[in-house]
Amino acid sequence: MSEPLLELRGVTKTFGGVHAVETMDLGLVAGEVHGLLGHNGAGKSTLMKLLSGVHRIDAGEIRLAGAAIELRSPRDAQRHGIEMIYQDLALADNLDSVANLFLGRELRTRLGLLDEGAMERRATELLGDLNPDFHQLREPVGRLSGGQRQMVAIARALLFDARILVMDEPTAALGPAESQNVSALIRRLAERGIAIVLVSHDLHDVFDLSDRITVMKNGRLVATAPRSELDPDRVLELIIAGR
Amino acid sequence: MGRWLRESELDPRLIGTLLALFSIWLVLDRVTGGLFLTPRNLYNLAVQSSVVGVMACGMVLVIVARHIDLSVGSLLGLTGMLLAAMQADVLPAAAWAWPLSIAVGVAVGAGLGALQGVWVAYAGLPAFVVTLAGLLIYRGCAYLLTDGRTISPLDPTFERLGGGIDGAIGPEASWVLGLAAVAVFVTRQLRVRMDRARHGIPARAVWSEALQMGLGVMGVLGFVAVINLHTLPQSDEARGIPIPVVVLAVVAVGMHALARTTPFGRHVFAMGGSQRAAVRAGVNVARTTVGLFAVMGALAGVAGALTVARLGAGTSSMGTLSELAVIAATVIGGTRLAGGVGSIAGAVLGAVLMQSLENGMVLLGVSSAVRQVGIGLVLLLAVWLDAVWQRRAGGLAEEGA
Repeated sequence: MSEPLLELRGVTKTFGGVHAVETMDLGLVAGEVHGLLGHNGAGKSTLMKLLSGVHRIDAGEIRLAGAAIELRSPRDAQRHGIEMIYQDLALADNLDSVANLFLGRELRTRLGLLDEGAMERRATELLGDLNPDFHQLREPVGRLSGGQRQMVAIARALLFDARILVMDEPTAALGPAESQNVSALIRRLAERGIAIVLVSHDLHDVFDLSDRITVMKNGRLVATAPRSELDPDRVLELIIAGR
Repeated sequence: MGRWLRESELDPRLIGTLLALFSIWLVLDRVTGGLFLTPRNLYNLAVQSSVVGVMACGMVLVIVARHIDLSVGSLLGLTGMLLAAMQADVLPAAAWAWPLSIAVGVAVGAGLGALQGVWVAYAGLPAFVVTLAGLLIYRGCAYLLTDGRTISPLDPTFERLGGGIDGAIGPEASWVLGLAAVAVFVTRQLRVRMDRARHGIPARAVWSEALQMGLGVMGVLGFVAVINLHTLPQSDEARGIPIPVVVLAVVAVGMHALARTTPFGRHVFAMGGSQRAAVRAGVNVARTTVGLFAVMGALAGVAGALTVARLGAGTSSMGTLSELAVIAATVIGGTRLAGGVGSIAGAVLGAVLMQSLENGMVLLGVSSAVRQVGIGLVLLLAVWLDAVWQRRAGGLAEEGA
């Protein structure tokens, strides 16, 4: 297996004396889809927030391409090419796709004003690449379907050359057809060399899609293994029994 | 009907406000026996609308971001007293005292507004409470500044800002300004159309664009033509556009640009749509909030200057209850109290609508108590209609999905 792109070593996070994440190790390889599974409260969400810079780690280290990095804020994480897609997608429903794509990172003209033309061009390219049938660029995203919204969220993450994409329950809220589209999209992104983490509490949402699977319980690593060495029953056992 | 409106891309709220405004004008003109729609009254109406209009332009952004500012009336009073005191007591007779006093008034307004923003953004207190405290504190300070004494005299040049005698820019300048505004409006709209064509985005229906352009052009030129019919007492010399209306126009264009063409404005709307989305996207919500209240405070300072100039004196009760008129104008103008949606143009129309009711009822000799009841009912009606529209639009969207 090749050198990990992102590596967590002994990462620990405590909230008021409770270990939310404890001496966690995780390695992500470029181009893999990595399923992160565990019950509610297993520490998945905290781990996500540590990776996205929302919370800071108490102990341990995070290494990117071999060098230790510090993630003090969501900006830091974005700068290092780590992007999150939350389950609720965190889109502003009253704004259109272009505005949502560039929210917080708007392209500006020399005068510091919004460069709508440039943003629209880039958005057309990116969204057209993800889905050639998408034309509602200037519709408020509140009017789009669940799959389209998911795509806008993914496009936003890709906009600034994400190398690592962490997705929280990406297909949980979608119907079967849209869920298939999003899965195909995730596969294509991995083929382009992006490391993707699928966070889920539902094994069936991510098992087929993942190259490797990591299971957490009570804030700790239970196991990481290639999917080829696992079957759903074994993963379920790891999730429930923790060994 | 719904589909027709969507294709036209016209803002249904704005159209609704416009239609309501015209109906009210026609009715008021009828019941006052033709006193309402006269050049003289429209001149007065325009001047009267300016103060509330200026502040409503800021209130749009405050409400869009899901906040509220109850302090603007008191802040108007305090900044107005400050700038009047500077002219009359601190620097009497200095020719540059009046521009300096305006600058100080606006700066103090911005500073106190920013301070409220800090309480909201960093201490996490609800804007309702913070600005309610501001309402009390600033009003008290306005009184304490001179122990309640009325301040005059003011610089005569400054008093032109109020729109009284000599308070207009003259008929020729009015035409120049009107034609310039029309030229900018038309070229902007054509440029947007060409941009869209270049990027392969479907163009708006020609009829709707022509309608919007026609309404805009006719509105501006019609306003200039009618205003120019109003003459000075005992002469046939036209007065032209009142200076406070020019101030309102400048503020409205500036605030529209701030809302629609700057990252700051974009972030304000994003905060109103979803605070979480804004935070997650890395928007500096706290800083944007402080900026928002600072802009609102600065506009209260501008409104303070207009009010003092109009009265020809500073009094500590200036602007009492005007925060409610400003909020009402903003809401009547289509800004949603739930946040995320609102327009500057709508707020200005809302201010004119509110003032039309007030003005018309004065012409009818209605007592101030009855006027309050009337305006309260109209506010209720406007918000109710908006809620009904929201529910219908929401229902349609769900059906469509």
